[in-house]
Amino acid sequence: MRRFRFGPVLPRRPPFTAGDGLILLGLAALLYAGVRLAFAAPQSISGPAISTSPAALPWYALLSIGRMTVAYLLSLLFSLAYGYAAARHRAADRVLLPLLDVLQSVPLLSFLPVVLLGLSSVMPVAVAAELAAIVLIFTSQAWNMTFSFYQSMTTLPGDLREAAAVFRFDPWLRLRTLELPFAAVGLIWNSMMSWAGGWFFLMAAEIYNVGARDFRLPGLGSYLQVAANAGDLRAVLLGVGTLMFIIALLDQIVWRPLLAWADKFKLEMVEGDERPSSWFLEALSRSWLIQRLGERLLSPMAERLDVRLRRRARRVLPALDSSGEARRLSPVAIGALCIVALAAGYGGWKSIKMLMLLPAADWGRLGLGLLATFARVSVALALALLWTIPVGVLIGTHRRVAAILQPVVQIVASVPATAIFPVLVVAFVKIPWGVNMAATLLMLMGTQWYLLFNIIAGSSAIPLDLRYTTDLLRVSSIDRWRTLILPALLPYLVTGAIIASGGAWNASIVAEHVSYGGEVYSTTGVGAVIAEATGRGNYPLLLAATLALVVTVVTINRTFWRRLYRLAEVRYRLD
Amino acid sequence: MPMTPTASGATDLLVLNEVSRSYGSGPQAYVAVRGVNLTVREGEFVSLLGPSGCGKSTLLRIVTGLNRATSGTVLYRGAPVLDVNPHATIVFQTFALYPWLTVEENVEVALKARGVPARERRERALKLIDTVGLDGFESAYPRELSGGMRQKVGFARAMAVEPELLCLDEPFSVLDVLSAEALRGELLELWLNKALSTRAILLVTHNIEEAVLLSDRVVVMAKNPGRVLAEIAVPLRHPRKRQDTAFQAIVESVYAAVAGRTRPEAETLAQAARKLPKARLNALAGLAEKLVADGGHADFPRLGTDLALELDDLLPIVEAGELVGFCQVQEGDLLITPLGRAYAEASILTRKEIAAGRILRVPMIRWIYETLQRDEDRRVDRDFFLDKLREEVGDFAEEQLDLAISWGRFAELFAYDSDTDELFLES
Repeated sequence: MRRFRFGPVLPRRPPFTAGDGLILLGLAALLYAGVRLAFAAPQSISGPAISTSPAALPWYALLSIGRMTVAYLLSLLFSLAYGYAAARHRAADRVLLPLLDVLQSVPLLSFLPVVLLGLSSVMPVAVAAELAAIVLIFTSQAWNMTFSFYQSMTTLPGDLREAAAVFRFDPWLRLRTLELPFAAVGLIWNSMMSWAGGWFFLMAAEIYNVGARDFRLPGLGSYLQVAANAGDLRAVLLGVGTLMFIIALLDQIVWRPLLAWADKFKLEMVEGDERPSSWFLEALSRSWLIQRLGERLLSPMAERLDVRLRRRARRVLPALDSSGEARRLSPVAIGALCIVALAAGYGGWKSIKMLMLLPAADWGRLGLGLLATFARVSVALALALLWTIPVGVLIGTHRRVAAILQPVVQIVASVPATAIFPVLVVAFVKIPWGVNMAATLLMLMGTQWYLLFNIIAGSSAIPLDLRYTTDLLRVSSIDRWRTLILPALLPYLVTGAIIASGGAWNASIVAEHVSYGGEVYSTTGVGAVIAEATGRGNYPLLLAATLALVVTVVTINRTFWRRLYRLAEVRYRLD
Repeated sequence: MPMTPTASGATDLLVLNEVSRSYGSGPQAYVAVRGVNLTVREGEFVSLLGPSGCGKSTLLRIVTGLNRATSGTVLYRGAPVLDVNPHATIVFQTFALYPWLTVEENVEVALKARGVPARERRERALKLIDTVGLDGFESAYPRELSGGMRQKVGFARAMAVEPELLCLDEPFSVLDVLSAEALRGELLELWLNKALSTRAILLVTHNIEEAVLLSDRVVVMAKNPGRVLAEIAVPLRHPRKRQDTAFQAIVESVYAAVAGRTRPEAETLAQAARKLPKARLNALAGLAEKLVADGGHADFPRLGTDLALELDDLLPIVEAGELVGFCQVQEGDLLITPLGRAYAEASILTRKEIAAGRILRVPMIRWIYETLQRDEDRRVDRDFFLDKLREEVGDFAEEQLDLAISWGRFAELFAYDSDTDELFLES
């Protein structure tokens, strides 16, 4: 079992800095720009017709995969370019790190309405919705990949870097021989995480409709929603089956092979006992055709590409001083930064002016909504902890149970919660408190897996000698949990919970306000406020709610979770 | 290019003139090397020898152009070295092989960087792999090889670019004893048979026997700041035998040069105001007991072998021993003092008392102790000391404070609370 913690990287820094304020101001400015544009958005938007015929499924699946692929490729390009540039400019990490840090803790789904409205006012709705989906998925995927690449670039082993310098590698050869291989493993792991997370956002984007504005996109998500609304159980099962099949297929023919291939890029000089393997990669590398292709076509092509790119790279890519000192920012970059800061300031000021227009009653509703959503998130998190801790510890400490349950859990967990949500709505909408329960359930579904995987990783990382010692001391089972298991789990638990609560806040955007059978069902919550504001065109409220949500989540992260994380890292780390 | 023939007729390949290198500036500056003069002539095998932290690796990086000197000049064949020196290359202590490239690719990549076409690259790489005796391992990955074999790849890669000056950065120090000895022999054979295009070799090492075994000249360095202490010629014919009296005599004289820096106690204490030696106090008991068992004095080279300690680990312990007055270095011998003898024979509690009394004479420890005594709660934040120490020793502040804490704890002078990061006096 891999001891891998799924979670954000929290740099050691004070809870709030001036930089954070500037970034939040910048976000406010961006949101303001979106909302300004939204004034011109069409008042009523009719979504595309979605067919529930099984014959339409392959096309919908292709559309969904297409969106994911475009967004992922964008994220990858962005990570490489941004990470590379940032690693080379000393001043950049003063901008980049806080920016990534805020962006990874912002509930990104809350931007969806603003982006949708803003874009649909300047282009056809269908295009705007496509673009919004891709932008949203991109924003959910890019940060951790960028951070991973940046981190690899700044932690290149000194001796390998010196070897590259002493043998006078040019920038392209260094990128190809040293930097990309060194970053590969981290980048692939983060890509897998990003890809899995992307489904959640894709499904949310595909089913987003509020009031008279239907922003839905033809795809697997909307197919499932329509099928559930029509009560077509067969179509629902087909849709979920297709989704699971696609996720499993991509895992088998893309991610596993990549991971197995990337194993050679690991730095450690000893052979690990458990190396990732992939039948697909083995089949590929054994194939006669592929081998010939590699010898006759790919190697010569790579050779030529090298020669060309090396000439070009010498001009484009800046050389890194062998002592590892990154360069300072150029005046142009500083100028650009100043302009961005000014724009952020201006937009921030305008957005504050717009917020002043909001009547006190709306602020009251917003505050209540935040509280209600906060309560819902807490309940979902508590429920998730309640079942994931015992099950996770069971799986993590018993190899035999793990062998049976692990694959099952992985398959179930791969289904994005937002895809199932329409089904939940159908099941719950008629009973009292139904929307409330469906919303909490969606949050639970979106959060529990991160917790479970982290707990499994954490409990399997408890050293055997400690377990034996507690056995020998005949510690009672309560004390065993108190003195060994929970403390050992804490770092993993906290990491899992940080992501989980982030996911739950995100889920509130789609969960608290649903249309079913031509009627709108709503519950109290910040997500509902956002949805309502989007539907009715109450733009000051939309801006206020989105900003309030962002600020609330960032504050909770910085004050509560970060402190807990620090404690867990310092006091309870086992390695 | 002007070439200066010397008395022996050989050309000066490399000339270092008053080379210094420091990091940082102001009170936090740290001087890695200061005022180094060094000449390497064609046909010479020179060793740079010294404890870790004496700047010998820094010097190697300055020679190859990876690092720049803060002041002084570096001339290669009469021309100043301003960028990575194309005529020099390094064999690294940690091999620095790319783990994702095969043996052949690792060698080839050096040629690729020089723009050698694919076919020629392959031919030359295979020939070199053959030369270092790795025939049959061309397509193996470094992690499949033993340490000794990996370093052979390192040598093959370095030789691929046909350097005039081959720099070796402790290339044998992480290998096991047998592999290291074998590889030394093979290197020497290639060098003596003129099978290499290399005109001179510069070896960085902290292993005295290795330096005497391989090189024509040993340059002994000291630390704080890194500087050249002595140059000792090795006028022995190859093959050299470690048991020979002549060989032993040279090893002894090198040891004396490395360790024979006995200073009056006052000066030692003044030095220690700046830096504590990197040793744990409980190691002193071991050293004192060993000296008593050996009749009160020990031969420096033998001591290292007997205690299975590298020079790097042994020197700080001896320094600490000198600092607290348990032993003295005299011409390559270590003598125990009466106090050291008493310490060796004392019980654990008495030892702590002796240690407490002695280390209180070290200014840094006394400063910490007195600061704690003056404090109302007798507790002071770690950061307070750290900040003050930074002004004194710059980047070493953390290491130094940790050492001081470990000494203080051992002697039960003061204690440390890692939850609150505070030093405190126990009541």
